[in-house]
Amino acid sequence: MVKHLRKPEVRHPGMRQNSLGLTRRDYEGSMSTLCAGCGHDSITSAITQAFFELEIPPHRAAKLSGIGCSSKTPAYFLGESHGFNAVHGRMPAIASGANAANCDLIYLGVSGDGDSLSIGLGQLCHAIRRNVNLLYVVENNGVYGLTKGQFSASADVGTKSKRGVENRQRPIDPVLLALSIGASFVARSFSGDKAQLVPILKAALTHKGFAIVDIISPCVTFNDHESSTKSYVHTRERYHEVVGADFVPPAEEITADYDAGATEGIRMHDGSLVRFHKVEENYDPRDREAVYEYVSQLQNEGEVVTGLLFIEDSTDDMHDILGTVDTPLVDLPMERLVPGSDALSELMESFR
Amino acid sequence: MEPTDVTNPDYYHKVIDCQWACPAHTNVPEYIRLIAQGRFTDSYWLNRESNVFPGVLGRTCDRPCEPACRRTRIDGKPVAICRLKRVAADLRDPTESRLPLIPEAKNGKRIALVGAGPASLTVCNDLMPLGYECVIFEQLSKPGGLMRTNIPAFRLPLKVLDGEIDMILDMGVEVRYEAEITSMKALLDEDWDAVFIGSGAPKGKNLEIPGRYDSDRIHIGIEWLEGVHFEHIDSIGERVLVIGVGNTAMDCCRSSKRLGGTDVKVMARKSKEYFKASDWELEDAEEELVEIVENHSPKRFILEDGVLVGMEFELVSWHEGPDGRLKAEVHGSVEIPCDDVILAIGQDNAFPWIERDIGIEFNEWEMPVVDRKTFQTTRDGVFVGGDAAWGPENIIWAVEHGHQAAISIHNYCQGDPLTDRVPYGQNLISAKMGMMDWAYSNEYNPAARVQMQHVDLRERFKQLAVEVELGFDPEQTALEVERCLNCDLQTDFTAPLCIECDACIDVCPVDCLTITWNGLEEDLRTRLRADAENLEQDLYVSDALPQTGRVMVKDEDLCVHCGLCADRCPTAAFDMRKSELLIPYAGEASPSRTKQAPWPAQV
Repeated sequence: MVKHLRKPEVRHPGMRQNSLGLTRRDYEGSMSTLCAGCGHDSITSAITQAFFELEIPPHRAAKLSGIGCSSKTPAYFLGESHGFNAVHGRMPAIASGANAANCDLIYLGVSGDGDSLSIGLGQLCHAIRRNVNLLYVVENNGVYGLTKGQFSASADVGTKSKRGVENRQRPIDPVLLALSIGASFVARSFSGDKAQLVPILKAALTHKGFAIVDIISPCVTFNDHESSTKSYVHTRERYHEVVGADFVPPAEEITADYDAGATEGIRMHDGSLVRFHKVEENYDPRDREAVYEYVSQLQNEGEVVTGLLFIEDSTDDMHDILGTVDTPLVDLPMERLVPGSDALSELMESFR
Repeated sequence: MEPTDVTNPDYYHKVIDCQWACPAHTNVPEYIRLIAQGRFTDSYWLNRESNVFPGVLGRTCDRPCEPACRRTRIDGKPVAICRLKRVAADLRDPTESRLPLIPEAKNGKRIALVGAGPASLTVCNDLMPLGYECVIFEQLSKPGGLMRTNIPAFRLPLKVLDGEIDMILDMGVEVRYEAEITSMKALLDEDWDAVFIGSGAPKGKNLEIPGRYDSDRIHIGIEWLEGVHFEHIDSIGERVLVIGVGNTAMDCCRSSKRLGGTDVKVMARKSKEYFKASDWELEDAEEELVEIVENHSPKRFILEDGVLVGMEFELVSWHEGPDGRLKAEVHGSVEIPCDDVILAIGQDNAFPWIERDIGIEFNEWEMPVVDRKTFQTTRDGVFVGGDAAWGPENIIWAVEHGHQAAISIHNYCQGDPLTDRVPYGQNLISAKMGMMDWAYSNEYNPAARVQMQHVDLRERFKQLAVEVELGFDPEQTALEVERCLNCDLQTDFTAPLCIECDACIDVCPVDCLTITWNGLEEDLRTRLRADAENLEQDLYVSDALPQTGRVMVKDEDLCVHCGLCADRCPTAAFDMRKSELLIPYAGEASPSRTKQAPWPAQV
């Protein structure tokens, strides 16, 4: 019996407001119906926090998802935003189409390991390839929670299901996959570490192009037991942060509270700064091959590598590559959007 | 910070702001829930356990619970705790079958009590069931003390007062009326095992300014109210000035309006922010078209041909001096005509009847020296409580004094040290009924405080005894009970179960939970999800959590006890548990006996 459809309206009287006069609570959606303790709910909260801190008007955001526990979560945040719940695995196509029609909205795709790495794998790859300007969140728990906990394609070799069955198929790792096919922003985080997750989400939302954030998000019901490699305990034990990231909005002065030599940053296209603190010396998040090698090696050793792992600044996104019009179609005057049969004839003539 | 010890009854008790603020520690949230369930009789008897006079207090209490109520910090207005108490008293089953049995065989100990006010009555209430013989000496012809003589009938109907006093007297208390004690020494020479002084603060303060003794139209407030109660006074002039702005002044001005006063003014020396009267009593007086005049300092009474015709006041303003004390600056003076003046500027204790050479020590203010815990004077076996102990307080304090003095008297008569006092205990019971289902109404209700309805102005002035407040009707009651935040339903946390999934933190509507690294309190208070700025409210700090060694911190300040943290906890590390403070009374060897109805409630 779910009594609460919304959180009670009551809120802390001292809640901070952003420049839009909104509090974090204004970025919430309806109450979660996921299992209590689900990592996805924490990610929902981190997304809420990131949009609040970026001061994005909720109606300027579009949230898209496919099928699965993860894909239910857009109902639980940004109640005032646009949304689309696509067919299983088809969210990247819908997101690409939406982005093609209206490049001004901020796009957030939420998917899971099942939705992204099995039925939707091809869709994901091509969205990366097109470099759609989209934050693509993979809420990764290694199982199909909605259908009683079968292994998904991200389950590690040797991990055991709740009933003791061992997985012997090799996993598809979203981070290595994205690196290998040219994604321009690749990160991994953990639902239980909002201090790391929120700045990464903010940087990813600001990044121009396809940003994939793989988030380990334990399934408390089917994959949080002892022999699981996606449990809270296992993730915390093998947690290996290589790059910490700070997000500094454009308006904010960059203060020298960090040792200048220990940090470096990357300027985003809107003027904000993503600042790294390297936990690992000699790690360069702009060297794709080195990152691939480093991450795959550590993962082979069983480590959960997290952080803003790879970023490529100033890439061309889908619109740049296709040379489409800068204006969202909805804002084009009708005579430009539908120029009429004379214009069509003229175009056809040019192909003769 | 050290991990919080919730097995210390004080910790959860303090979370229940109303109960903590109540001198008698009445279990407010429980009695409000019982009212919500329509169990008025259960609610009444739960109330009576600690505060003895629920019907009286439900109309007249100074309600220290209400300013403390957590709801005030959430939406600005406390739950109408006091008036809900009245609902239980008005609607209960009128039989008194739940009173304790009084043993026929007495224990041979005889207690003399001076004054039949709330303190003495409470002592009798606690001692009679233990087999004591109690004899009250009362100077008036009726019991009740200031509850009777100082609270006008339009605020407290006599049948309510008499009913609750009779409950105690019918236990077999002997009251000797019109038996003023004039010599403590003589009383002590009689054969008493202990003596309790509950004689109140019966002397109204005087105003020594010119003209004070030249007219018989200048009255002392509490004496005048007593005269009105006993119908020695049944009229007053049309123009009345009430000097002073405490709660007695409010009763005086409102009584004047009913005895012929048409132009009634309350004259205050200071400005509004320093008024002593409770806000609601001021509002009630203003509703009756009493004018409240501030910054007028009495200078003299004006008489013409021996007849009082007015008063002269200095016009003053107040400034805080360098020593932090208020200083008056006089700007001129004004004469205000009147027919009667009532002085309501405070009360004094007076003990001319206690000889100073019988071992009862007095301090520099001519007050007996009384131990704050045991209520014993410097003479063994002589106890003091109520206003007589440390000056004017209110009924609920007198009741608590009575409970404590009764424990002392019992110990004294049994030969036990007075300091052997049973500590408070605590019951902690889970309220979980099933998935997202709790044994209390946990959903936050945003309703605004219900307004008390009053009798029409013309109707209420027709007769002195017309009770002004109508009490809450069933609809109002149903709304108001849901405003209670159930602060006794504690968010009880078991650190070893926590997997740090953040579900509780994410769902908390008022941001009172944080998982973070432990530290010093002042540092921790700034590192929480919302700054913990209310230093009067505790931080709960858990043991180190198993996975990371961080701690769960809860700022108790604004928790609405909605139970969502426990709803969303996958491991039941958070559970909603009802804490019940177990209060020991006289003769109880341990406080383990639960005082309340079965839980979870059977509706």
